[in-house]
Order: sequence, then structure tokens, then C-alpha cells
Amino acid sequence: MSAPAETKKLTKKDLTADHPTWCPGCGDFAVLAAFFKVLEKLQFPHEKICTIAGIGCSSRFPYFVNGHGVHFIHGRALPLATGVSLSRPDLHVFAFGGDGDGYSIGGNHLDHAARKNVNLTYVVMDNFVYGLTKKQTSPTSPTGFKSKTDPTGAIDQPINPMKKLVYGGASFVARTHATQVKHMMSVFERAIQHPGFSVVEVLSECVVFYPGIFDDGNPRKGGEFDIIDEKVGDGSPEDEGRHDVTDGNAAYELASLQYPGKFGVFYQNERPTKNQLEQQWIDSTKEKVGDASTADLLSARFASMK
Amino acid sequence: MSVSATSGASETSESPSNIPEGVTELQDAVIRFAGNSQDGIQTIGGFLARLAGRSAREVMTYMTIPSTISGGASIFQVHLGSGEVLSAGDESDFLFAFYQDSYNNHISSLKEGGICIYDSDHVEEIQKIPGIVHVAIPITSTTVEAIGGSSRDRGKNIFVLGLVTQLFSLNRDKLITLVEKQFGRKSEDVLRNAMLAFDAGYAYPIGDLLGREFDLKEGAAKGEDKVTTDGNTAMTMGLLAGGVRYGSGYPITPWSTIMEQLRSELPKYGGLFVQAEDELSAVSMALGFAYSGHTSVTGSSGPGLSLKMEALSYATMAELPIVVINVQRGGPSTGLPTSVEQSDLMQAIYGSHGDSPRIVIAPKNVEDCFYVGVEACQLAREYSCPVLVLTDQALATRIEAFSQPDLEKIVVEPVLDQDARGEDFKPYPIDGLTKHAPPGTEMEGGKYPVVTGLEHDEWGHPSGNPDVHAKMNARRRDKVKAFGETLSLPEVYGDESGEVLIVGWGSTWGPIRESVNRLRDAGRKVGTFHLRHINPMPNGLETIFEKFDHVVVVEMNDEGLYGNGQLATLLRSRYCDPKIVSVCKTDGLTYKVREIIERIDGVIA
Ligand SMILES: Cc1ncc(C[n+]2csc(CCOP(=O)(O)OP(=O)(O)O)c2C)c(N)n1
Ligand code: SF4
Ligand SMILES: [Mg+2]
Repeated sequence: MSAPAETKKLTKKDLTADHPTWCPGCGDFAVLAAFFKVLEKLQFPHEKICTIAGIGCSSRFPYFVNGHGVHFIHGRALPLATGVSLSRPDLHVFAFGGDGDGYSIGGNHLDHAARKNVNLTYVVMDNFVYGLTKKQTSPTSPTGFKSKTDPTGAIDQPINPMKKLVYGGASFVARTHATQVKHMMSVFERAIQHPGFSVVEVLSECVVFYPGIFDDGNPRKGGEFDIIDEKVGDGSPEDEGRHDVTDGNAAYELASLQYPGKFGVFYQNERPTKNQLEQQWIDSTKEKVGDASTADLLSARFASMK
Repeated sequence: MSVSATSGASETSESPSNIPEGVTELQDAVIRFAGNSQDGIQTIGGFLARLAGRSAREVMTYMTIPSTISGGASIFQVHLGSGEVLSAGDESDFLFAFYQDSYNNHISSLKEGGICIYDSDHVEEIQKIPGIVHVAIPITSTTVEAIGGSSRDRGKNIFVLGLVTQLFSLNRDKLITLVEKQFGRKSEDVLRNAMLAFDAGYAYPIGDLLGREFDLKEGAAKGEDKVTTDGNTAMTMGLLAGGVRYGSGYPITPWSTIMEQLRSELPKYGGLFVQAEDELSAVSMALGFAYSGHTSVTGSSGPGLSLKMEALSYATMAELPIVVINVQRGGPSTGLPTSVEQSDLMQAIYGSHGDSPRIVIAPKNVEDCFYVGVEACQLAREYSCPVLVLTDQALATRIEAFSQPDLEKIVVEPVLDQDARGEDFKPYPIDGLTKHAPPGTEMEGGKYPVVTGLEHDEWGHPSGNPDVHAKMNARRRDKVKAFGETLSLPEVYGDESGEVLIVGWGSTWGPIRESVNRLRDAGRKVGTFHLRHINPMPNGLETIFEKFDHVVVVEMNDEGLYGNGQLATLLRSRYCDPKIVSVCKTDGLTYKVREIIERIDGVIA
């Protein structure tokens, strides 16, 4: 290698792996591009970046990032990422996936990663459809959506990911739109900087199986990209009416708005992460046993069985 | 019980003068305590087992636990001996019955010449059985009297412990030390009450009532105190010694006590065990730990293992090292959650989708749980694949005494290998074993690996090429096969050739060995070997089969559609030898020696 590691900047070129296999025009390309830009800005050591995903079009993400990665099984990216995060505090752990992967088959894991406040960042590319398996109803498909599994229109009420996340206890919850790259980048950056479980729901269009679904949130298609007006804390009267990101009820209200709703940070509150709480327990236990070797510890326990 | 004097007749029989007076020396004794689980009869058994470990005696215990928490009928049987103790005993020499129900259900477990001591405060009706001696003791009221009014009947178990100590001339000082160790931790009151109960039992004139006392000999071998514990604890210790520092699980009986112990032990070693929200999360998290470069464990019992199967197939494909403990219980479904069975063998080997070879090993007794735990860790690291350990409910809960392992020799200190990998690094080399570069590792070639469940080439790039799939399937199979080639033939116990070869695996080791002893004593030419490595098996078993007229595989599972148990099916498919037949059962109970002997004669007849 030519330049010493410290001075070499991590560039998009370094981070680029295989050319994505997504369909031309798929919203996920923009998500990848925004992720690269944020990593270029944050300059984490290359070997400390770890991307993890389950199965789906969006879950192919790790192949397209040149970094340590895992392409795991459908719906289980979060538990695997939890294992990585808890045992390797030196890493920057990212999980990626789709609406089916995260809200349906992996829905329970999302609630529990949120409740445990595991330190990692999770990006959901929600396209309201199952892309990889070619147009079945997804848990976020609106009622009436005609899919291969609901030929006369979806009948089940879709889940509301933002409500699920706020209610589940995620300590950072944001929503953005794949056509709004700048916004996506700023939200990603805040999510990554947040200590704890941060989730970004990205409306990312599947141009093949649900074209046009997110136009209502895209000004270039005649829609409105309505960004949340966050409190700045200047004590002004206008500030009174602004959104307080630490207010769970206010976040829940935002989540209840009629589609396409608002974009930005719905909720952010710091509370101890599972990583910290477990580490505290490990530290206090280790303090009690002193610098006993493995054999000492095992011997002591065997002695109690004699 | 083997005695040096002949055992006597019963007090209900005609001539009480048959009862030998004085002290009878016992080589071994099987003592059964029958009561309710909340009476703490497990505690009596535990103390006796531990005493045995401190007295150079061999011991094996057996217990039944009701699956309801609030109590219910429960027994604890202790087999103590100064010689080799291989099973918990088919029948008992002594029965302590706490209630009428316990009396009714267990009186038939006594051998001819056996002694039944019952709580006359609760047992009102006794049967007149020739050859059985009955001794009535008001256990409950004497305990209450000894401790004082407020305690109700708690402490009955310790009273009985005192009684037993006196009856068998056990080492009182050693027992008191154990009692103090256990109850002293709680509070002074608890300890004082325990000692009051113990002394009352010890002072009770049981010898006078019975007309004799026993002397349960201490073993000849002197030396260190033995470790006295159950299989799940031994397994936990083995995993810790083998280098496990991280793991995840979901509670299910009888696996839970392993995860509970790992949860509280691992922080001492700087590690962590996480209770996951479900079985799928548990195995996934454990794979996350493994991917991160740690020796990692998950585990469960039957139904939970089924839920983990998709992820285990991934582990085979992605070649991640993971130890999976399966504590077998009665199935299918929720089945018999607190009973024993060996019906997960096929699931362990073949339960996942696709061709997903993995290593399966099984411990034969409590001590072996430790060594199998250590070995599983080594194998997972070396072959970078899932290693399944099949233990079972009986091993999980029973107590045995064994020598403390040589820790300095065995202990493995885990290392997180993050040495930079060169440009030529291949995660899946066609001619070598996988050794992943965990995250955090610098890749000198600038290309970082993605661990994947899609079929892939040597570099880990997804590939749908039919040739690649065939080659990689072969690669994953051949590494497990190669491990099989390193295994030596199992040792044959008993006759090296002759009439019957008994083949077993897992916790049936003890009763099978005792069956061989008894059959040989009766002049039969019988041998046995026990398989620890079941997938892969060692090569060359046919050379052993050849030397016997009959090969009988004894297992605790169903004979299936074609009349063969699960291991027998595997052996038949590998060796195409119709001589291989099965003795199977699924009553949820461990094998009795008599049962094995009779059933073998049935199938070879
Ligand atoms: C256990 C299992 N069940 C089903 C599948 C098939 N499958 C693969 S991806 C997928 C849905 C993907 O939808 P989503 O997560 O929304 O991702 P998208 O393709 O839309 O990005 C399904 C059902 C699978 N791979 N594994
Ligand atoms: S099918 Fe849809 S989600 Fe999948 S790559 Fe194509 S456009 Fe994207
Ligand atoms: Mg989708």
C-alpha cells in the first residue's frame, strides 16, 4: 500500500463493491448512494464497517458495500446484528432490509431489538410490496393493492411502521424518501451518531411491482415532501408549536397522519443501551472475581460441587 | 443391595428371628425417596450424592420431576456403591415413603428383602408383602416437634437425612459440613432449624425398630474429593473450559439450566449470554457472535431445535462455527417435557433443508458432558461448522461423582483472530478449511468478505453455476467426512467376539454396560461399544460387527415404520447389514438393566 493508513481517506470508490443487481430505477440505488456519502463524511476505519441483511431485493445491500458483511436469512438480520454489536463494541454495525423482512417475518425481532436498545443502525427500504418474490402483498401494502396474493385488492389493514417503532421503544425513529437524497443523508447521519437502536424507514420505490406509489411524497412528481419542523429550543413563541423529538406522544401523533405524512426525525431519546447495561454487569462481576484465570474460575466452581 | 450377611425376611413374616442382628455391611445400596417435589427430597439425594463424592464412593441418581411447578409427586433415587455404579438401579433396597400415594406407587419398586420406611403421620394403610420389612416413623410430627411449632413440616427432608446417616453409619461430620455449607448461606435461622431436624433424625432409634443397622462402606480408593454434579452443570463447565464466551438461548426444559448458568457465569470470564425473544433469534444472535470471531453456543430441547433448523443450514452453508446443545426430551411436540428420550438423532443430523452436513456428538454420562462440551468447541473452531451435542433429560438432571478434570491441560483461552489477511485470502478455499476473517480484520487486498447463505465460489461471491454448487456441496461434506477419518474405532467392552454386540449412544451407556456385566456373569459371550461421534461415525465398525452373531442397537426412541430405531437405521443404511436389529422404547423412562437383557433375548430369539 502506498500511503500510510492514517492519512488515506475512505472514499466512495473504496466502499464500492459489486455493481448492484437491482432493476434500473429502483429506489434502493439512492439509499446506497446516500449511505456511501455519509460514510465518506464520517470516515470510520474501513475494517470497522459491518453491514448485515436478511433476504429481499433490498437485503442484497451488503454485497454492494465493500466492507465486512453478512447476507443472512429472511427476517433475522437484527438478531445476528445484535450478536455482532454486543460482542464487538469496536465496530459500526448496520442492518438493512425490506418491509417484508423487517415488519413481517422479522417483526418480532424488531420489537425486541427496539426494547433492548441495541446499539446499531437499521435502515428499512419500504416499497409496500414483496419485490424479490415478485409482487405479493407486504405488511405495508395499502388495502386495495392488487398483488399476486390479493388479485382483487389487499384486505388486511397495513401496519404502521412508525407507530410500531415508537411504541416498541426504538430510541431513534426517522422517516425519509429515497428521492430526497439530501434529507436521507442528514437523517442517516443523525441515526448513526445516535447511541442506541436507531431506525430509518425509507420509502423506496419498487419501479417494477409498485411504480408511482411514493409520488405523493415527491415534489418532482407533483407531491409534497413535508419535513417535520423540529423544536430548536430558542424559547420563541413559534418554537412552542414545533415538534419535540423527545416526546413519544407527539411522535405517535405524527405517525398517525394521513399518508404521505411527514418526514424527518419522529423520535429521539437517549437511554442506556443494552450494550452499556451488559457491559456494566460484566465489569462489576469481573471486579468481584479479580484477575482470576479461567482455570481458577473453573476450579472454584468445581470446589463448590465437592 | 449387595450385603455380606444374607438379607432377612420381613417383620410380617412368620419368623422374625430371620432378621440378622447387628451391623450389616453393604457394598452398595439403592435408596428411593418418594414424596412431593416441595418436600425437598431432591435435597436429600443431593447431599447423599455429594457425600459419596467425598467418600470415594460411586454414585448415580435418578429423579422424576413433575412438569407442574407447584409440586406433585416426585422421586429421587440414589445408588451408592463402593464399586462401579453404572445405573441408578432397577429396583430399590430402601424406600422412604412420605405419603400414602407415594407408598402405593412405589412399594413395588422394592426388591425382595427390601425395607420400607414410611411416614406414619401420612401413610395409613400398608400392604402385607412377604419379604418386605416395614418401619413406621412419624416423620412429620417428629420434625415439627424438633424444630418448634412455627415451622410446620418444613425440614422433613433434613430429618430423613439424619435418619439415613444413622441407619447407614454414614460419616456424620462430613454430612454436617455439607449441610452447613448449603444452609449457612441462607441465614442462621435456616441453618439452626436444619441442624435441629438433622439431629432429631440422627437420634431417632431406627436401629432399634429395625433390629439392625447398616454400614455402607466407603470406597477403598483414597484421594481427592470428587466433583458431584448433574449433566447440565458439567456441560456448562465444559463449554466454559472449551472457550465459549458468548451465547444466546430461549428457555425450555430441560435445556434452561445450562443457559441460566451460562448467563451468570460468563460475565466472570468477560463474556455474555443473552436471553433472546425466541429460538430463531437465539440461534441468529449466536451466529452473530460466531461471525464476530468468538466461540459461541446456543441450545434448546426438541421443539426449539426444530425452530433453529433454518439458521443451522445457513451455518453449514456460510461455514460459521457454532455449538448447539440439544437436551432431548420426550416428543413429538411438547410431548413429555420432563421425561427422557433419544428421538432427536435424525433431526440433529438431517433436520435442516438442503444437504447440510454437520457434526453430531453425544455424551455417555455426567462426567462425559464436560468433555463433550470441550470437544464440541474445538470441533466447531477447527471445522467451522455447526456442532450439535445430543444430551438428554436424564443426563441433564441426574447427579454423578467424578474426578475434577485437569483444567490446566484442558482450558482453552479464546483468541479473537484479527490478523490482517493478505490479498490471496479466500474464505472458502476449495482445498482447505474455512477460517473466516471476522469484522475488524484489515484486508490487505482492499476487498472485504461478505459471509453468505447463497451458494458461492471460493471468494464468497454468489454463484448459480451448477459446477460450483456441486463442488461446494462436496467441499462441505468432505470436511465432515475428513473429521470421521481421524476417529479411532470405539473400544469394545466385554467380549471382543461372540454372541451379541450391543451398540448404544448417549445416556444409555451405564445400563448397557451393566447388562453386559450381568449377561457375561451368566456365561454369555456379549460385548458392547458406545458411539460418541455419531455424525460422522468412525470408519471400520463393520470389523466389529463381523465378530458377533447379533448386533443389537439399544435406544430410547421409536422403532419407526420399518422396525428400527434411529441409530439402527443409520447403521443399517451405512453397512447394509441385516444382522443389525433394534431394541427401542418410548416410555419416557431410562432403561432398566433387566429390561435391556429381556428385550435383547426377545429380538435375537
Ligand atoms: C424463510 C423464507 N421464507 C420466504 C422466503 C422468500 N422471500 C424472499 S424475499 C421475500 C420477501 C421480500 O420482501 P421485502 O423484505 O419487502 O424485500 P424487497 O424484495 O421488497 O426489497 C420472501 C417472501 C425466504 N427467502 N425465506
Ligand atoms: S424488483 Fe423492485 S425492489 Fe426489487 S430490484 Fe427491482 S425495482 Fe427494486
Ligand atoms: Mg419490500
